[in-house]
Amino acid sequence: MVDLTVKHLNLSTISTNLSQSFDFLVPAGVCMGVSGPSGIGKSVLLKAMADMLPHQGEIYLGDIESRSIPAPDWRRQVALLPAESQWWYDTVGEHFQHYDENLFSQLGFHKDVMNWQISHLSSGEKQRLACIRVLMNQPKALLLDEPTANLDKSNRNLLESIIMDYQSKHQIPILWISHDSEQLATISQQLLLLEKGHYDIRQTGEYL
Amino acid sequence: MIHLTPWDLVIASGLIITLAVTSMLLQLNISRQLLIAATRNVIQLLLIGYILNLIFSSNNLFFLGSIAMIMLVVAGFEINARQKYPLKRWVGFKIGTSALFLSSFAMALITLMVIVAPTPWYSPQYAIPLLGMLLGNTMNGISLGMDKLNQSVYQQRLIIEQRLMLGQDYHEVIREIRAESIRTGMIPIINSMAIAGLVSLPGMMTGQILSGTPPVEAVKYQILIFFLIAAGTGFGIMLAVTMIARRLFDDRQRLTLELLGIKR
Repeated sequence: MVDLTVKHLNLSTISTNLSQSFDFLVPAGVCMGVSGPSGIGKSVLLKAMADMLPHQGEIYLGDIESRSIPAPDWRRQVALLPAESQWWYDTVGEHFQHYDENLFSQLGFHKDVMNWQISHLSSGEKQRLACIRVLMNQPKALLLDEPTANLDKSNRNLLESIIMDYQSKHQIPILWISHDSEQLATISQQLLLLEKGHYDIRQTGEYL
Repeated sequence: MIHLTPWDLVIASGLIITLAVTSMLLQLNISRQLLIAATRNVIQLLLIGYILNLIFSSNNLFFLGSIAMIMLVVAGFEINARQKYPLKRWVGFKIGTSALFLSSFAMALITLMVIVAPTPWYSPQYAIPLLGMLLGNTMNGISLGMDKLNQSVYQQRLIIEQRLMLGQDYHEVIREIRAESIRTGMIPIINSMAIAGLVSLPGMMTGQILSGTPPVEAVKYQILIFFLIAAGTGFGIMLAVTMIARRLFDDRQRLTLELLGIKR
């Protein structure tokens, strides 16, 4: 149960839209929706918070600063789930250390999924599996970049509920990029509204 | 031994010209390169023929060292000459040349001082052809390995980033690509060792036999050369590929393609 804190984070060297300095906190157990026009740098912000992009300023998970621990450790704890997942082996199973009955069955898979060919997966299946893959690292904070963008309604609900489940169990902070205000209203308690050169943090209930 | 006259070579060059014309008619876009390579071949070989004459008669270590350095620098440049995603010029040269130097020169020194051991050990008649064969083959291997590495990293950059995102260490992320690149660089020498004598007679041995050396003597030298080339190529590629793979990631294990001249 730790907060995710950003101090003086500056990404102006990466995107000209991001000239502002970010100082905000996502408390433990809170999901903060991220919204803003496309191309404004939402993905860049999340990627930087996973320490996947060079940045100025500090990012804290509890009182641990990102640079004080090895990058792979940081990325396992502050996990980024991108909109499109990548797979590099032939079968699903090769991408997982072991089979987790609970997670897989909650997202509608049986054990034989481990033998499925990656090339035969639908985008919905890929995204659900990508979500399992991230959660199996037992992250202490989640950065979700439009995780449900390519999913139909039932898949979207499945994914939302499993993430909410994980959150309520572990009380983790979440940053969730979405263009869907209905979704933001259901999943988030706070909103980070990103605009060119500045940003705003609001309570979801008051804003939407 | 039968000496070749200039006319003999003119006939052979007729074949190359015919090939160039044919490729031009087929629009293969290779005639120019072919002709340039053939011309370079004639000039460079004639030049080295005369220079070797000079060196052989002088037996001077300093002279030999200078020639060796020139060979090394040229090979270092050539490594990066035909890459699909070349490294930045200076970095590519530095990595390629140091890998070449460490592997080829080590093999050459072992051979000259321990295995063949002519007197003096730097006797040019042994040192120059030996170093030439080592550099040429190692260069080939390193160049192939680097090309494969850079291409794979570029094509798989999204996968590499995904794996880093999942908290994998960069060694683990790059392991398969690195192994594949080293393998690619070593395939030619492994192939030629495997088929030697069955399908083709290796060039050096052929040369020695043509000039009258007893076949078994020539074979012994050829085996030595094969082993040296295989070891030199293998270690050279490993060095080069490892050096590049490490520099493709920054201090926080992020993939940076700046080394390939590509901005983030």
